[in-house]
Amino acid sequence: MRKSFVAQNPSVLWFIAILAIFTIGVTLLSEVTGVNMISTSFVKTLGKTLCLCLVAIAMDVVWGYCGILSLGHFAFFGIGGYAIGMWLMYARTEGIVVESLVGQPLPPTPQEISDVIGNQIFGVVGSSEFPVIWSFADSLFLQLLMVVLVPGLLALVFGWLAFRSRVTGVYLSILTQAMTLALALYLFQNDSGLRGNNGLSGLQNIPGFEDVSQATISIVFFWASAVALALGYVFFAWIVSGKMGSVIKGIRDNEARVRFLGYHVESYKLFVFTTTAIVAGIAGALYYPQAGIINPGEIAPIASIYLAVWVAIGGRGRLYGAAIGAAFVSLLSSWFTGGGAPNVNLGFYEIQWTDWWLVLLGFSFVVVTLFFPKGIGGLFDLLVRKQS
Amino acid sequence: MRRILFLALALWLIVPVATAAQTLQDILQTHQEEVLKPGRRSVGVVLDDLVASGLPQALPFLEAWRDREIVQRDSDGLFFRATEDGDALALTDLDTGETVPAAVSDDFTESRPNGGVRRAIGDALVQFQLSDPDITKRRAAVEAIARSMDVSQLSPLEGSIDTEEDPALKAQKTRLVGMLQALFGENTETRVAAIEALSGDLSVDVRAVLNRITATTPKIATEVPEDANVAQILTVGEDITQEEAYARLVAAELAAPLITKAAVRDALLANIVDGSVGGITVDKLDTDAARALAYDALALDGLVAQRVKDTEKVEALAAHTFYLDYTEPDSVVTDAASKAIRAIETNVALSQTADLALDALSLASIYFLAAIGLAITFGVMGVINMAHGEFIMMGAYTGYVIQLFIPDYTIAILVALPVAFAVTFGAGVTMERLVIRHLYHRPLETLLATFGISIALQQLAKNIFGTQARPLTSPEWLDGALVFNDVIAISYIRIAIFVLALLFLALILYVLKRTRLGLEVRAVTQNPGMAASMGINPDKINMLTFGLGSGIAGIAGVAIGLYAKVTSEMGADYIVQSFMTVVVGGVGNVWGTLAGASLIGFLQKGIEWLNPSNTLAAQTYMILFIILFIQFRPKGIVALKGRAAAD
Amino acid sequence: MTLKTPAIAVAALLGTTAMAAAECADPIKVGVLHSLSGTMAISETTLKDTMELLIENQNAAGGLLDCEIEAVVVDPASDWPLFAEKARELLTVSEVDVIFGSWTSVSRKSALPVLEELNGLMFYPVQYEGEESSKNVFYTGAAPNQQAIPATDYFLEELGVEKFALLGTDYVYPRTTNNILEAYLQDNGIPADDIFVNYTPFGHSDWATIVADVVALGADGKQVGVISTINGDANIGFYKELAAAGISADDIPVVAFSVGEEELSGLDTSDLVGHLAAWNYFQSAESEANDAWVAAWKAKMGEERVTNDPMEAHYIGFNMWVNAVTEAGTTDVDAVRDAMYGQEFPNLTGGTAVMLPNHHLAKPVLIGEITADGQFDIVSQTTEVPGDAWTDYLPESAVLKSDWQELGCGMYNTETETCVQLTSNY
Repeated sequence: MRKSFVAQNPSVLWFIAILAIFTIGVTLLSEVTGVNMISTSFVKTLGKTLCLCLVAIAMDVVWGYCGILSLGHFAFFGIGGYAIGMWLMYARTEGIVVESLVGQPLPPTPQEISDVIGNQIFGVVGSSEFPVIWSFADSLFLQLLMVVLVPGLLALVFGWLAFRSRVTGVYLSILTQAMTLALALYLFQNDSGLRGNNGLSGLQNIPGFEDVSQATISIVFFWASAVALALGYVFFAWIVSGKMGSVIKGIRDNEARVRFLGYHVESYKLFVFTTTAIVAGIAGALYYPQAGIINPGEIAPIASIYLAVWVAIGGRGRLYGAAIGAAFVSLLSSWFTGGGAPNVNLGFYEIQWTDWWLVLLGFSFVVVTLFFPKGIGGLFDLLVRKQS
Repeated sequence: MRRILFLALALWLIVPVATAAQTLQDILQTHQEEVLKPGRRSVGVVLDDLVASGLPQALPFLEAWRDREIVQRDSDGLFFRATEDGDALALTDLDTGETVPAAVSDDFTESRPNGGVRRAIGDALVQFQLSDPDITKRRAAVEAIARSMDVSQLSPLEGSIDTEEDPALKAQKTRLVGMLQALFGENTETRVAAIEALSGDLSVDVRAVLNRITATTPKIATEVPEDANVAQILTVGEDITQEEAYARLVAAELAAPLITKAAVRDALLANIVDGSVGGITVDKLDTDAARALAYDALALDGLVAQRVKDTEKVEALAAHTFYLDYTEPDSVVTDAASKAIRAIETNVALSQTADLALDALSLASIYFLAAIGLAITFGVMGVINMAHGEFIMMGAYTGYVIQLFIPDYTIAILVALPVAFAVTFGAGVTMERLVIRHLYHRPLETLLATFGISIALQQLAKNIFGTQARPLTSPEWLDGALVFNDVIAISYIRIAIFVLALLFLALILYVLKRTRLGLEVRAVTQNPGMAASMGINPDKINMLTFGLGSGIAGIAGVAIGLYAKVTSEMGADYIVQSFMTVVVGGVGNVWGTLAGASLIGFLQKGIEWLNPSNTLAAQTYMILFIILFIQFRPKGIVALKGRAAAD
Repeated sequence: MTLKTPAIAVAALLGTTAMAAAECADPIKVGVLHSLSGTMAISETTLKDTMELLIENQNAAGGLLDCEIEAVVVDPASDWPLFAEKARELLTVSEVDVIFGSWTSVSRKSALPVLEELNGLMFYPVQYEGEESSKNVFYTGAAPNQQAIPATDYFLEELGVEKFALLGTDYVYPRTTNNILEAYLQDNGIPADDIFVNYTPFGHSDWATIVADVVALGADGKQVGVISTINGDANIGFYKELAAAGISADDIPVVAFSVGEEELSGLDTSDLVGHLAAWNYFQSAESEANDAWVAAWKAKMGEERVTNDPMEAHYIGFNMWVNAVTEAGTTDVDAVRDAMYGQEFPNLTGGTAVMLPNHHLAKPVLIGEITADGQFDIVSQTTEVPGDAWTDYLPESAVLKSDWQELGCGMYNTETETCVQLTSNY
């Protein structure tokens, strides 16, 4: 079985091999080994990009394979980030507070400790009480569980309602977009208990590892992201290659026929929707400790649309395409907006890429959808065809 | 000794001046600091002196002062009236009114009375202005009285009514006199009569008067005094909570304060002896229970105050009566006032509901206008146009650019509407020809391609117009609001938008249902193949339909820009909302869009009313409601039936 | 271009010649961390230009420590996580000596952990909500007691306002500021029922109901005033609705903390005349230094451009930093920080700004009435008010104190006499 799976999917081996070489290469060139050719901030960028690749793969499964254009998967990504962020903030602050209270004439009561932590975390947003949703923030295990459970449950309930009512196509897209908008608006409120617009910050400082340098921490997270991406890739490749994969692709191509064949279409869709949401949550939980801050702006509807765009540019219906698309567009974006690209002087007008990059990006979506519906991944087809 | 001599000398010098020929300048010189840097509280002296002096030139001075035309010459401290004359200042003497040679503004310091001072000046001007021949001044005086509502203004105001010629102003004066009489009338009868006369009026200032009469202060007594004018006796547990009642007792020093956790902590800290308190070692005091034990031990030793027991608390509360006492001692007046308030309040509540409904209607019309173009492109043609919001923005910027060229706002708007339509029509047709027609069978990809166009257009707008919000100014006749009564009012801009929305509803219904084009549009959307075989050119029809939808978005842009703002991101604010409006209403039906917009508008206002302090929450809950609504009614409010409904 | 600009009064004080700058092999690098794209570009691009102008002038006046100053400009694109990333890049890759940057609180909080980890130095030029103190940040903008509290005092004292509507955009600055103001007003005898608070989303445009609510507040005969922390574009719709409802500044005055010259430029301000704003600086301030600064800015950027409060904050911050570096003889962060305490520099509005041990400035507070030409008529100017990192009006922070010079602690609990933490609470 295992053998046939790999044989069926040669791309899996290729993908993992390239990823492994890349990961080891980056590690060797990073600050940790002393070579220092790749700066810590760039290692963080690469690590974040790997997480984006992971969520892009999930998006590809739900859209490219199952035909559900979800414009809300970044909401799950964000929830994962918030779940882990709550523990990171709480534990770090608790450490600081407990340390500062040592040597007091009266030992503090648990209530006092919790009050001070609350004041530290929520003081900046003008409150000092712990909201109910922070009840489990003191436990890493429970918050890790939340990373998986909250996106999973939300996707399950939302998907069950939507698929049951046979909401499909663009309606579903708009509905998922509404979902992520509602969540973003909710989180924007200070009353939501997640620090409103400020979000959770200082997430790059891992409690208990205050003495470890960011260079090391960034490499550890880089590796964790790479491993997660590899596992995610294998997992999804396995899902879409078996019998289940055929059903899923069938649903994409003609939902009614699959239903007439006796399959319970809704269950399949729900499974795909929920699984990909969970993976998105995990990717988010790995992403935000590297980014250092999560706030509601991250899950605004536009983020999820970008996700779809990455997949479209990379090439739908092939997992490596999604990963390439995500990496390519997000790295290119930061190169152009980071002032890395040289300005083009047209004589009468100087093109500054910080201003014009979005225009270029926008029109390239149009070009890709019109002329290269297979995206960058389609180029590989050309290569393979030439060889054979 | 020397000081007294000095004083006597000074008096001798000043008195003759003051009695004989005091000039305005003299008064100002005695109050130099207050005139140059006036404050609301300090200006009173100056005004009193000016009014008491009875100088005729005080009136023009006060007006000039209010209008910030008073300057002080730095060299000798003299005050002048000044008007800007290029770089120089044209000066007038305050007493003689003669022109003084012009001077450079650097040598002068301006006196800048702030809003509070200007109000005080306005009050002082009242007595001069109430019978002024200039009606604008009389009006200003009446407004000043209405703002300050002072007892001293009652008799001058009464005196000026008979000579008032303007009927509107006369009515206003009479009304004001009524309000002042309700507050300060000589005897109970006049006051009650005045109050009763006010009871039909629901304006804010009348309510202010009545509320001033019925203002209460919370009081505590073991027995309510006979002469008290009691508004309400508060029942502990119903009208106020036990905690609050007890806190009031403590504040009035009628009961012992409760020992808080912080107080316990402080008491323990103060009594640590050899590492233990009250017989408990310090390191064990890390729970509230242990601390309480230690504290009680301390209390037994008499070192700290005893904790207040629950029974003591209940007893203390039972021993006292909590009541609200009117500040106005006359119970007949307060009774009349509260009766009048009750009558007004019902009216106000009804009016507020009506006002809210108007706001909701206005919001609905804005949503409708933003979504109506989409109702055609998405609803009728089934094209997902994510750049719809950017068409709205293009329309708004078109209006802005036209205002740059045409200074007359009325003409500019009249020109802007068709030009905005033309521009966005053109943009829509171009987009349809170049992009959308290739993607008619791939709706999800249309979404992506048009999203690309959307972000490109947004960034282009930023590159061209900058990120700053641009003004789109409405013509003067759209300024202000239509006032039904003092609570119900709606701005003319909103009415204009509402009318525009109705107009477009009618226009689109007419085009779709009554014209050849509409027939062809419906034919092409229902069955393009069949329509083509009937001699209709589906390409042309699609192009025109899409252009029409886009063009309307452009006009909506002008309207939205007028009431809010023009920025490159304004389209993005409306796009998700617009899609939801169309989907909730039911795709493929203009009436559906109307229903959707109404539902969303009224719902949002309803939720806002429930939680007025957080508009963001209202939006969140509204979207949640829409999500649920679509789950249970996926086809929207006005669902198409039969074959037309097939996707 | 620089030759044309009139010499800024103080830049000229540093008498080193321009020739010396050429001898320096390694220029002194100043990082500029302001968004040049995205939603905040509108405000922050101006500050980038301000920094470039300041550096140009300084170089023209002979540079610093015989070295040319070089600006390293990066664009965090209004994307908050990018502020952390770019700050790290500036400090480790470009190896800048100091950073001038950030606008929103969330962007500052994003960059803070990085600054503290790598011991960088940042100057933050915008009015903010306080409740924070970092060893690595100098806050040259106003703390609440330098803007919000004096403005509220002005309402209470000068305008006799008895009932307050605190309207704000829903984010951390209005939330915290309004919390402080609520506590402050209640201390001043305004009952809680007379304080109406409302939060709206960014870019809100539907103001009719809220304006009606504010008007209805006057129903009990008390003078109503609005304290607005409404941000950015949303102000336009708000003032338009006020005008449409026929409410003038005499009826219900509005004092805004986020509306300055830049926000008013290009707007039709006729509806806004008489409404107020509170800042530490207005372009209309009368002083020679300000005239020179406004002239230099207009010469560089164009006649129609205006100056505003955060620009003055950078002006003071940069000059103080230059003087501190000169005094310390090095750009080393710890040495410069020590030299910063007690630095004095003339304000553009007259008077002198002093850097306090809590990393805030002592600055005067100005209140201006909006005029028809989009400028402000200054109607009140206080003496220098020392900035307070931890407000005295919230019980939790009243006990806290920031003193990096003597106590070496930004969050010192005066009750327990311990340092709560050395890093800041981000």
